[in-house]
Amino acid sequence: MSPEQEAESLPDRFAAWVEHGADQTLGGIKSWVHHPEILQLFVFLTALSIPITWILIVDRVALGSLLAFATFGPEFITGSNWIVSPPIGQLPSLGALPAIYGSVVTTMIALLIAVPVSLGVGLFQSELAPRQLRSSSIFLIEMLAAVPSVVYGLWAIVILVPFMRTSVDPALQSTLGFLPIFSGSASGFGILTAGVILAIMVIPYASSIMREVFAAVPRTQREAMIALGATEWETVRKSVIPFARVGVVAAIMLALGRAIGETMAVTMTIGNSAKIPISLFGFGSTIPSIIANEFVGTETALHLSALFALGLILFTITFLMNIIARLLIRQLSFKGRGGLA
Amino acid sequence: MWPIIAAVVIIVVAIVGVFSYIYFTRNTTSFICNRAVEGSCTITIQGAGASFPAPLIQNWTLTYHVLYPNVTVNYSSVGSTAGRQLITNKTVDFGASDAPLTDAQIVAAPGLILFPETLGGVAITYNLPAPFPQNVNVNFTGQVLSMIYNGTITNWNDARLQSLNTATLPNLAISAVRRADGSGTTYAFKDYLAHVDTWWSAHVAVDTSATWPSSGPSGQGNAGVAGQVATIPGAIGYVDVIYAFKISLPQGAVQNRNGFFVTPTLQSIVYAAANETVITSPTDLRQHIVNAHGDQSYPIATYTYIMVYKEMSTNSRTTQTAAYALAKFLWWIIGPSGQAKAPLLIYAPLPSNIVAADQNLLKSLAWAGQQIITS
Repeated sequence: MSPEQEAESLPDRFAAWVEHGADQTLGGIKSWVHHPEILQLFVFLTALSIPITWILIVDRVALGSLLAFATFGPEFITGSNWIVSPPIGQLPSLGALPAIYGSVVTTMIALLIAVPVSLGVGLFQSELAPRQLRSSSIFLIEMLAAVPSVVYGLWAIVILVPFMRTSVDPALQSTLGFLPIFSGSASGFGILTAGVILAIMVIPYASSIMREVFAAVPRTQREAMIALGATEWETVRKSVIPFARVGVVAAIMLALGRAIGETMAVTMTIGNSAKIPISLFGFGSTIPSIIANEFVGTETALHLSALFALGLILFTITFLMNIIARLLIRQLSFKGRGGLA
Repeated sequence: MWPIIAAVVIIVVAIVGVFSYIYFTRNTTSFICNRAVEGSCTITIQGAGASFPAPLIQNWTLTYHVLYPNVTVNYSSVGSTAGRQLITNKTVDFGASDAPLTDAQIVAAPGLILFPETLGGVAITYNLPAPFPQNVNVNFTGQVLSMIYNGTITNWNDARLQSLNTATLPNLAISAVRRADGSGTTYAFKDYLAHVDTWWSAHVAVDTSATWPSSGPSGQGNAGVAGQVATIPGAIGYVDVIYAFKISLPQGAVQNRNGFFVTPTLQSIVYAAANETVITSPTDLRQHIVNAHGDQSYPIATYTYIMVYKEMSTNSRTTQTAAYALAKFLWWIIGPSGQAKAPLLIYAPLPSNIVAADQNLLKSLAWAGQQIITS
C-alpha cells in the first residue's frame, strides 16, 4: 500500500466510489431489472401463488368440514334443521338446506331485479345519454359500487325495512297474496328484503360491465344498421345487444358471484332464522350469514366443522356457477357472429 | 452484484430478528423482575371473553394501570363462548364468560377455576307503537315469556298477556327477536325460561347458542337485537340490562317468584343475588340466581365469571411475573376498590358472601405449588 493511498481521506474515497463504484452498482441494478430470466422467475412465482392459495383454501376448508360430513353424511346437505344445542340426551342435528335455500333464493331475487335494471342503466349510459348526463351518471353509479356493505345494511335497516313493511309487502300481499310465497305477515325483515338490498348492491357492478361491453361494440356494426334504415332502438336491439350478449352473461355471472357471497348487509336484513320459510316475507339465513353469526362462538367441534362444511358448499356452488358461466359463454360465442368475450 | 443483494437481505433480516426478539421477550425476563409489585419491569396480561362485563373490566384495567403503571391488562370483548375457548386453549391469561362452565367444559379444561366478578341481568324490551301509552311498563310472567318464545302466544292481545296488564294491548303480531350469535345474554334468558317452564328443558338446551324452538328474527349483538326491536312494530327482544339502561329502551316488568312485577334496576338485581346466592362448595362458585326469592328481586339476573388456571404455570402463555401480577389484579377487582367502580358504570356490585368466597378461591392460585396471594 503506497503512502498516497494511505493518505486518501474518507470523503475522497466516497467521491471515488460515487464516480466509479456507484455507476457500476446502478448499472448492475439496471441490468438486473432487464435480465429476462429473473423477470421470468418473478412472474412465474407470482403466478404460482394462485394455485398455492387454491390448495391452501381447499385443503383447510375440506379438512375442517370432514367431521361434519362424517357425522351427518349426505344428510348434511339435505337436512332442514339447524339445531346446534339439542336438549339433554339428544344429538345435534345440523343441516345446510335452510342456508342453501336462503342463499339461492336471495340471489335469484337479486338477479331478477338487478339484471333488467342494469341492462337499462348500461344501455342508457352507452347509447342514449347525452354526453354531460352520461359522465355524471357513470360517476354516481361508480360511487355506489364503492359504498361498503355494512353501510348498505344500516341504510336497509333504517330506510328499506320500514319501506318494505309499509309499502312493498302489503302491495304484494294484496295483489299476489294467493301465492304461498307472498303469504303471511311481513315485518320488513326477511328473504325478500335481503334480495332487494342485494339487487341494489350488485346493480353498480353489473351495469358498469354492461356499459363497457355495449361501448365496445364496433362503430361499424351500428353504422351498418343505420345505413339499412334502422331506428336507434332497432340498432340497439338487433346489433348492440346481440353483439354484446357474451359480455352481458359475464356481467350477470359476476353479479351472481357477488350476491351469493355477500354477508354483512344480508345478515342485517334477512332475520337470521335457520329455517326454510314458505313465504318470501319469512325470516331466513344464507350460508355467509350463518358463518358470520356463529363462527366467533362455536359451541362444539362439530358445530365448527359444520360451519367449515357450509363454507365448502358455498365454494362448490360458486365453482359450479363459474363452470356453467364458462359453458354458456362458449356456447354463445360459437353461435356465429363473433361477439365480445 | 449478487453478494450486495445477499448482504442487504441478511442485514435486514438480522435487524428485524434482533428487534423482534427484543420486542417479544421484553416482558419475560423473569430473572430481572420476579415480582410484579416491585415495578421493575413492564408486564402485559391478556384477557378475553364476554362482551357484557367488557366496559367494567376495561375500566378496571385502566384504573389498575394508573395504580401500577408497570402492569398493563388488555381485555378483548369477543363473546362468552370465544372467551371460554381461548382460555381452554391457553391462548389468553384469563377468560370471561356470562355462562358458567358446564361439567363437561370443566373436564375439558383441567385446573380451570371460575369465580363471579360482577352481576348482570336481562331486560325484556319491546316496540308497541304510539296509541299504546309509552310510559307504561308491560307486565310479563315467566310463563308468558316462555309461550312467546316457543311460538304459543303470537299476538299482543292474547288473553294470557292482556290479563297481566291494565293498559289495553294492541291487536298486533309478536315478533320474538333473539340473538344470532353465541351470547351469555341468551344463556341467562334460556336459563330463566328453563327454570319457569319445564317445556324448555325438554326441547332446547340451556346454553349460549342461537338454537330456538320457534322461528323469529335474530340480530347480532345487543345492538342488533335492539335495532330489530326498534324497527319492527310489535317486536319483543331481550338485551343486557346495562345496554337497555344506556340507550333507555322500553323495559318490561317481569313477575318474580313471590308474585311481584319488577323492572330491572341495579337494586332489584342486587336483591336477587343477595337472596339466591348459595355457596355449596368453596371451589365451585357456579350460581343460578334466575327466578330468585324476595319481593323486590328481578327474576332474570345472572353472575358473570372470570376463568383462570389455579396452578398458573399450567397456562403455557402466562409467565411467572405475569401470573403474580394477574393474581393481584384479580384480587384487586374483587376487593372494595374494584367493586366500588361497578355502580359508577351501572353494574351491580357483588354481595358480600360471594366476595368472601371469591377471595377464598383466589387464595388458592399458585405458581409451581407456591401460593401467590398470602394476605
